[in-house]
Amino acid sequence: MSPGPDRLLDEAAVGRIFREESGRSVAALIRLFGDIDVAEDAVQEAFAVALSRWPGDGLPPNPGGWIVTTARNRAVDRLRREARGRELLGEVAVLSPGTPDPGLPEEEGRVQDDRLRLIFTCCHPALSTEAHVALTLRLLCGLSTREVARCFLVAEHAMAVRLVRAKRKIKAARIPYRVPADRELPDRLRSVLVVVYLVYTAGLNGPPEAGLCREAIRLARILATLMPDEPEVAGLLALLLLTESRRASRTRPDGSLALLGEQDRGRWDHALIEEGQAIVRRCLHRNQPGVYQIQAAINAVHADAATFEQTDWSQIVALYDQLLAVAPTPVVALNRAVAVGEVDGPAAALALVDELPLDGYHPFHATRADLLRRLGRTSEAAAAYERAAAMAPTDAERDFLRLGGRASR
Amino acid sequence: MTLYMLSVHSSEDAAPEPMTNEEMQQSHQQLGSLEKEMKSSGAWVFSGRLHEPETATVVRMSEGKVMTTDGPFAESREHLGGFYIIEAGNLDAALALASRVTAAIRTPIEVRPFTDESGA
Repeated sequence: MSPGPDRLLDEAAVGRIFREESGRSVAALIRLFGDIDVAEDAVQEAFAVALSRWPGDGLPPNPGGWIVTTARNRAVDRLRREARGRELLGEVAVLSPGTPDPGLPEEEGRVQDDRLRLIFTCCHPALSTEAHVALTLRLLCGLSTREVARCFLVAEHAMAVRLVRAKRKIKAARIPYRVPADRELPDRLRSVLVVVYLVYTAGLNGPPEAGLCREAIRLARILATLMPDEPEVAGLLALLLLTESRRASRTRPDGSLALLGEQDRGRWDHALIEEGQAIVRRCLHRNQPGVYQIQAAINAVHADAATFEQTDWSQIVALYDQLLAVAPTPVVALNRAVAVGEVDGPAAALALVDELPLDGYHPFHATRADLLRRLGRTSEAAAAYERAAAMAPTDAERDFLRLGGRASR
Repeated sequence: MTLYMLSVHSSEDAAPEPMTNEEMQQSHQQLGSLEKEMKSSGAWVFSGRLHEPETATVVRMSEGKVMTTDGPFAESREHLGGFYIIEAGNLDAALALASRVTAAIRTPIEVRPFTDESGA
C-alpha cells in the first residue's frame, strides 16, 4: 500500500471511522462467532491495530472490511489459545464454509443485514427499555460504557452492570440474532423505533458533546435504507430530520430555551427541512399513516411557515386529530389543545387542557400558564409557571419557566 | 437447543376471573392439543400441575439437624402452580409456546432458561 499524504490519519480520524464502522463490524462478528463479548473484544482490538498502523500506512481502501477481517483473525487467534474458545471455533467451522470473507466488498448486502439483526436483538421485548437503549448505543453506535452512562446520568459502574446483565440474558436465554418474521415485525419494529426516538430525545436534553442526536439520525437512516417498505421507519427519519433542523435555534445564546414562536427561523437548517419534507410527501402518497409519519407531517407544516403567525394552524389541528385517533394519549391531546389555541383562542384551548389528567407532567403546567397569561389571569398564570418550574427536568427549562415564560410572541 | 422452564404462577391477589364450564372445557381442549403438538414436535420434555401450596412441606438444615415444617417455603401470595419443561431453538420459539399456554389458561407464565449443564 502506498500512503498518499492525503491518506495520513490522526487519532481523531480513526475515532470518527470507529463511530461509523464499529456497529457494522460488531454485527458481522456476532454473526461469525455467535457471541457478543467475543465480537466486541475483537473489534476493539482491530481498532487498536488500526490506530497503530493507519497513521503510518494510510487508510485501507475499505476500512470497514479491513476492521472486520482483522477482528475476525484476532478473534480466531485468541480463541485458539483458550479451551472454551476452541469449542466455539468448532461451531464456527461448521458455519464457515458457506460464509464468504466478510471483508470483501460484495458482502455489503449481507453485512448490512447483520446490523438489522443486531438492532432487533438489542431491542428484543424480553429485555427492558433501558437495556434496549444501552445495548443499541454500545453495540450499534460504538459508544463506550462511560459515554452511555453519561448520556443517561447513570454511574459508569451501574451502566456496566446493566450492559453485562443484558448481554448475559441474551446468551443464556438464547435471544435470537435475526430479523423477526413478517407477522411479528410490526410489534418488534415498534420497540426499535421507540429506542431510536429515545436516543434522539436524550440527545436533545443531554450533553451535546455526546452526539446522540446525530447517532439517532444515523440509526434512522440505516433502518430506512434497510427497510424501505416500512412507512413508519421513513416517518421516524423525517420526524428526526425536521426536529434536528431546528435544534440550533432551540436554545438562546445564554443557554435558555427558545419557544417555536421566538426562534430565529433563518437559523433553521433548510437542507434537513427539504430532506424531511420530501420524505413526508412520499409518506402521504403511500397513505399508510402512523404516529411517526403524522408527527413528521406536523413538523413539516411548521417548517413551511416563514413566521410563527403564518403557520397553517388549522392544518396542524387536523393532523393532531389524526394523531389522536391512532395514539389517544393525554400528551397528544395537550399538544392538540395548543394548536386549537392558535385557531380558536386561548379560552377554547384552556377548556380542553383543564380536562386532561396530566398533573405530574410539567409541560401541562407550562401550557396552562401560557394560556392563563394570554387570558390576562396573571396570578393563576404565575402559580402555574411555578408548578411547571418545580418539575422541569433541565436548568434551561427551569430558568425559562421561572421567568414566567417571558412575555413571548 | 436450550431447555426452558415455563412456570405458571398463581397469585392469590390477582386470581383470574373464574371460567364458566364452557370456557373451562375450551381451555382444556386448547391445552390438550397444544401438549399433543409439543410432544410430536419434540419440544415437550416434562410437565406437571401442582396441588395447592398448603400441601407443601419444607425440610431444611438447622444447627446440623434436618428440620421439617409444614407449609410452603415462601410466605408469598404467589405460588408455582405448575410448569412445562420444553426444548426450543431460541427464546422466540419458547415464547411462542408460552404465549399459547397463557392464552389457554389466562395466567401469567414465566419463561426461564436452564443452564447448559442441566441434563436431558
